[in-house]
Amino acid sequence: MDYSFYQHYWWFLISLLGALLVFMMFVQGGQSLVYSLGKTESQLNMLLRSLSRKWEITFTTLVTFGGAFFASFPLFYSTSFGGAYWVWMLILICFVLQAVSYEFISRQGNLLGKSTYKAFLFINGLLAPILIGTAVSTFFIGAEFTVNKDNITGIAMPVISSWQNPLHGLEAVGNLWNVALGLAVFFLVRSLACMYFINNIDDAEIRKNARKHLLINAIGFLLFFLPYLIQLLLKEGYTENPETGILSVEAFKYWHNLLAMPWAFALLLVGVVLVLYGIFRTVLQPQFIKGIWFAGTGSVLVVLVLLLIAGFNNTSYYPSLVDMQSSLTIANSSSSLFTLKVMSVVSLFIPVVLGYIFYTWRALDKGKIKAEDKDDHY
Amino acid sequence: MFFGWNKVSKGFHLASTWLVTLGATLSALWILIANAWMQYPVGMEFNPDTVRNEMVDFWAVATSPVAINKFFHTVLSAWALSAVVVIGVSAWYLLKKRELLFARDSIKVASVVGFIGIVLCIYTGDSSAYNAAKTQPMKFAAMEALYEGGNEIGLIGVGVLTPDKKYDDDKDPFIFKIEIPYMLSFLATRDAKGYVPGINNLIEGGYETSRGTALSMEEKMRRGRLAMQGLEEYRKAKKEGDSETAIQARKQLDDNYSYFGYGYFKSPSDAIPDVSMVFYSFRIMVILGCFFLLFFIVVWIVNRKDKLKDIKWLQWVCLLSIPLVYIVSQSGWIVAEVGRQPWAIQDILPLMSAVSDINTGSVQVTFFVFLAIFTAFLIAEIGIMVHQIKKGPETLEEMKNEDQ
Repeated sequence: MDYSFYQHYWWFLISLLGALLVFMMFVQGGQSLVYSLGKTESQLNMLLRSLSRKWEITFTTLVTFGGAFFASFPLFYSTSFGGAYWVWMLILICFVLQAVSYEFISRQGNLLGKSTYKAFLFINGLLAPILIGTAVSTFFIGAEFTVNKDNITGIAMPVISSWQNPLHGLEAVGNLWNVALGLAVFFLVRSLACMYFINNIDDAEIRKNARKHLLINAIGFLLFFLPYLIQLLLKEGYTENPETGILSVEAFKYWHNLLAMPWAFALLLVGVVLVLYGIFRTVLQPQFIKGIWFAGTGSVLVVLVLLLIAGFNNTSYYPSLVDMQSSLTIANSSSSLFTLKVMSVVSLFIPVVLGYIFYTWRALDKGKIKAEDKDDHY
Repeated sequence: MFFGWNKVSKGFHLASTWLVTLGATLSALWILIANAWMQYPVGMEFNPDTVRNEMVDFWAVATSPVAINKFFHTVLSAWALSAVVVIGVSAWYLLKKRELLFARDSIKVASVVGFIGIVLCIYTGDSSAYNAAKTQPMKFAAMEALYEGGNEIGLIGVGVLTPDKKYDDDKDPFIFKIEIPYMLSFLATRDAKGYVPGINNLIEGGYETSRGTALSMEEKMRRGRLAMQGLEEYRKAKKEGDSETAIQARKQLDDNYSYFGYGYFKSPSDAIPDVSMVFYSFRIMVILGCFFLLFFIVVWIVNRKDKLKDIKWLQWVCLLSIPLVYIVSQSGWIVAEVGRQPWAIQDILPLMSAVSDINTGSVQVTFFVFLAIFTAFLIAEIGIMVHQIKKGPETLEEMKNEDQ
């Protein structure tokens, strides 16, 4: 197993974690929907209780995704975090507000009061998916940075990665495609949240409201995602010569990547079908409550494939808009072979962690959440 | 865990408690290994092709003496900190004349855990200082405000520094001091007559070490620049396919790499941390650390005789020790982190060269936003804890009633 194998292995793991994160962000989708779906205090209580049982899994997935990305592709970390500074800071603040809100909201003496923490959860639910979706879109659309390792010997300012736009990441919203993916993620996680609530809460009115909102959000998702997917498959990308490391423009790069990896193409199609099946059957069949499992699995597959075609097949997963040769690929931005090997040994524990999550999820969901439960802690 | 007493079985709750302890301790282990690596970078080699330090020996990183010592020192200090908080809260119950049995039992456990924690903390603190004397001599000199080193150096027990003292002036570093003879030499070298370099000696060099004559700061800066020049020429030669020049440049880089970070310095004084901050923090840490050793012994003895409930002044001491123990903990971190300045990575990357290309205003805005958010959450956290403390522990009967 050579260096390239480990680089691909770690890009796969990052992609999988990213895909699982998008699925788990149904928690954020749910937070932004709480007031639309719950009309009474009892319903709001059930909705928040349902989310409070899962938010830590989303949070842990986010931290693992970020940590694994940092460790396996450190040049991305130093380029993007120091460069697209404001986007990452906003994401960070968003998640700090969420974590503390869940911890404090039901506790007496929490200073700010329940409604403030509910507002924080709403803010997180609204902003986090849009910000993360917009940030991930720059993996395809690109960003304005340069990377020059020779700068390390510049005594005055030895900065290897420099951001070339003074807005430090906020300029990403100037590209409508970035915003489109942000909104697509926003509507997707709200759709997933509707299906999750339908599955998790045994309340006729919540289920009815969720079905209504599922249709609206699914349409929103498709309106933003399908054009994004089509432009992605039509757009050019940067390809790296594996011998020289030189990057060049390739027309229809992402379409070519799918053709070069037919298994990924197949997974994408399966994913799309599962998402649509989950959504439409839930909308059309009032007794059907398992849509989350179909749409959830489908969204994991779709996001996984999107991230894989961003990095596999000698593609630049972080294209530079100002200097093509500064663009990041999994070959030029990864940790050393030794570090990746050590990390790979640790990664063998991932099935244990997944097994634990599966076990706790089942344990938490033994019974559906009901209005008559005597529990007002979330 | 804290709010889960009556939600799961006793066994499950106990298992969860131990798992949280184990998880938090393991988390601390890896964080402190990373921190220790920055203070004492081992198990890595600089790769001029990727322009970064790359790990070559995982176990050297994970088991470095600085890492192991830092881990135990930090975790054990957390034991002592928790113990003081438990004793303080229990003392508040005693002051209020409520929960007397609960408070006594809590103090019994906490004073023993705290005693073990503080004793081992003092032991690992001594090893930390010994390690610092060997691997971070400038930090060690700053901890003692030692400008002129030598043999048979005493430890400053208490002292007041001359405020505007510079390393190259003739002012006495101290306005007032009480010194323990030979002690610093002994702590640094395990020999009461051992040589301890001061700040001026570290700047000027010329004293003898186990690795030969110490270099001056000017010489280290020169060698650092030679390393940088070697790196620059190596990369240029590689691009041009000039292998002979690349080999020579690589040798120049490798020979001088240990001083790479000094190449960024503009003046030898860049190597000196904020002496007064480190000096006073170290004194606060050590003096209060010794106080807590005595504190745990006294509290344990008095509580064992069931007298604590009658000694009001000692109850107040216990309660007021809660803020003190946080001050000790923070002082320790100031010694560790301000003391290692200017280095982000010791000898390799100074802080001023490790920053991102972001303007000061952006960093200031972020800092104040986080300051405001975390201050509000800190107040909320304290509010929640105070509320729980005032409420007091639930009795078995109350728990059973809630279950029904």
